[in-house]
Amino acid sequence: MIEVGANLPEKVFYLDRDLLKRYADASGDQNPIHQNEEFAVSVGLPNVIAHGMLTMALVGKYVSDFAGGSAKVVEFGARFTKPVIVPAGEKVDLTVTATVSEIADGKISLTLSATSAGVKVLGMAKAVVLQ
Amino acid sequence: MLNPDSVGSTFAGTDSITVSQSEVDSFCAAIGESDTTIAPPTFTIRITLTQFEEILTRPEIGLDWSRLVHGDQKFEIFAPVKPGDELKCNATIESYRVAAGNEIVTVRSDLHRDNKLVVSAWSTLVVRA
Repeated sequence: MIEVGANLPEKVFYLDRDLLKRYADASGDQNPIHQNEEFAVSVGLPNVIAHGMLTMALVGKYVSDFAGGSAKVVEFGARFTKPVIVPAGEKVDLTVTATVSEIADGKISLTLSATSAGVKVLGMAKAVVLQ
Repeated sequence: MLNPDSVGSTFAGTDSITVSQSEVDSFCAAIGESDTTIAPPTFTIRITLTQFEEILTRPEIGLDWSRLVHGDQKFEIFAPVKPGDELKCNATIESYRVAAGNEIVTVRSDLHRDNKLVVSAWSTLVVRA
């Protein structure tokens, strides 16, 4: 029985340059800031950064798993507050947790938290799933 | 700079987009989703961002896509998207403001299947000064 205020189990995803390339191909977003370190630095970034939408897609996987499948996710939103920095040869974490914020009309609302290297990378992250 | 006259207007995208099994497969594989019969909740960004680029960079609208960053994103999903779906996409420029030289534009895209709305997606895009 899920109750309002319940904290859902934490899940850790790992991102590396290979995943960024695969997500670029899967999403069609080939912006070089997500693949080319020299380019990323040239536009003022600390290093290659993950696509905000990759971060969101992984948090979406967390939501789908909780809901019992992608088909049950009816709302999902987030603000991209800080980039997930992905240095060459490293695997960086994306740590996701959630709290049940509302249960009403057959729907469960979640308030989501996503951090990487201890830094909050999504703000105002919320999802609504069918119960 | 974005043409302010375009705010509030709705623009039609490509006539029809068919969601292929292979593109759902590769999106699912990237995020570790084993169920490839349904598109993951953020999958339609693959369609909407491409459509936004096509629409928003039209000369009469004038957004500079090269300096764009993604500010926030929201999806409302009225029916799951599946491989084989034929979708029509339009985009409405809902708001536009300039802050410290950055252009901040919120675009809503509506995806329809058989004339029924299946997904509305809001993207706030920031063109850096």
